[in-house]
Amino acid sequence: MSVDTATVKKVAGLARIAITDADAERLAPELNNILGWIEQLGEVDTSSVEPMTAVIPNKLRLRDDVVTEPDQRDAVLANAPVAEHGFFAVPKVIE
Amino acid sequence: MSDVTNLGVAALRDGIRLGEFSAREVADAFIVKVSQAKQLNAFIVETPDHAIAAAREADSARASGEKLKPLAGVPIGMKDLFCTKGVQTTAASHMLEGFKPTYESTVSQKLWDAGAGMLGKLNLDQFAMGSSNETSYFGNVISPWRRKDGGNEALAPGGSSGGSSAAISARLVPAATGTDTGGSIRQPAAFTGISGIKPTYGRCSRWGVVAFASSLDQAGSMARDVRDCAIMLEAMSGFDAKDATSLNLDVPRWEENLSGDLRGKKIGIPKEYRVDGMPSEIEALWQQGIDWLKDAGAEIVEVSLPHTKYALPAYYIIAPAEASSNLARYDGVRFGNRELPAGAGLQDMYAATRAAGFGPEVQRRILIGTYVLSAGFYDAYYTQAQKVRTLIARDFERAWLQCDLLLTPTAPSAAFALGEKSADPLAMYLNDVFTVPSSLAGIPAMSVPGGLDAGGLPLGLQIIGKPLDEQGVLNASLAIEERAGFTARPDQWW
Repeated sequence: MSVDTATVKKVAGLARIAITDADAERLAPELNNILGWIEQLGEVDTSSVEPMTAVIPNKLRLRDDVVTEPDQRDAVLANAPVAEHGFFAVPKVIE
Repeated sequence: MSDVTNLGVAALRDGIRLGEFSAREVADAFIVKVSQAKQLNAFIVETPDHAIAAAREADSARASGEKLKPLAGVPIGMKDLFCTKGVQTTAASHMLEGFKPTYESTVSQKLWDAGAGMLGKLNLDQFAMGSSNETSYFGNVISPWRRKDGGNEALAPGGSSGGSSAAISARLVPAATGTDTGGSIRQPAAFTGISGIKPTYGRCSRWGVVAFASSLDQAGSMARDVRDCAIMLEAMSGFDAKDATSLNLDVPRWEENLSGDLRGKKIGIPKEYRVDGMPSEIEALWQQGIDWLKDAGAEIVEVSLPHTKYALPAYYIIAPAEASSNLARYDGVRFGNRELPAGAGLQDMYAATRAAGFGPEVQRRILIGTYVLSAGFYDAYYTQAQKVRTLIARDFERAWLQCDLLLTPTAPSAAFALGEKSADPLAMYLNDVFTVPSSLAGIPAMSVPGGLDAGGLPLGLQIIGKPLDEQGVLNASLAIEERAGFTARPDQWW
């Protein structure tokens, strides 16, 4: 397994992080080093083992389907980089 | 009056109750200490008004003869990973610079409800990712400790709760909150000669704590001694309907039931924790810890945790995978910074915002997490890691058939110098080798100071316990504390 710069760019695209060619060059060996190291997990025989889903057995609770905190619009928008007319504002998506 | 900043949580609480000093005097004394310690860079934001308001409330409650709250008049430091209403909360990132939550985290609210005041928001590794406090957007925290070799190299206070550990060991705060995902309370506690406990996963609510890896993150307490950690943890713990993984259990009276008498207890020594190249000082300290626990009445047994060596690689799949998912929320839309290059569309805005807002270590982990979760690799990496996690938890369950608690070193070395490991991410990750297995299993674990290395730097011992047995962990830690007689503290140079 070897991660090349094209893979780094693809993963960065999936992660929505803009990276330059120089970043990709720098990251490829770093990620290779780390991924090479974690590949030792492949040695462990896990054929009869279930993947862990919860560290402490704990039943999922359900709550009543009722509104608990109404009218929080201003609080929700308070930290928005840009908010207009009571909404989060983003650049135009459709021309 | 002697300097109240030399007192810990219990002594401050009791002194205020008995009227030996006022809560206001306490708050003022610590506020001065905090303001004089800028060189340590332990605080991102100072909040003297918050501490003074809590002190006023404690003093007026006492004056009117009301029953004082459990932490009335005790000022503390709050790791800047906990959302605090109206006070900037950044997770030490540029991404959240200027973010003022409109809500309070459950843990911090519980502490305020118990009467505590806040001296400020403590620096940490960015989004809690790091073992040295070198990934904060707001600069490195400098450990108050220095090697006794004539050099004055700046040392790492540990990570990610490095602002917390530095502030406590420098006597800027009597106690602080920490969070532990793979050792972020215990390793910094060991590096700075203080105590810190990570409780069972689910004891403390994660609501309002900036998420790193949700299946691992757990808040805990850090303070100068075991009793103070117990007091703080009691105030922080408890069921919270807002956190689906919160355990619906009563909080035990950990402080009241503290006892260093370990007669009838069996302490396991996991043989797999004797790693190659471990410094002889760590070996010697571990043996010393065994002798102390024997002296406290415990029986020592050797146990095996065969999957120990796979804990770190499993952790460095699971934690980044969960981080890549949790940190997807930082996209420049709802909070935090936004980068909008000229003519950029929505996707470009996301990518530019995340490139500018996340530091190198955070980006590295998001990329690893995205990679291991991507199509074609998910089963090979993530599912395999979760299966190995099951085996690691099973190792502990089997150990509990032979013993009640485990004793190990906390970290493979004393504090290293800032910059010493930052060029090699893998070397940095290996620092968490002794703390990560118990994080993966969700079980309680604590670090207490055991002694000093040849350079005069603190070394920690770790006690690991069964699920929900914080009492056992605290008691064995107390037995070590009582015998170690650790009184060393850093010389004040700042």
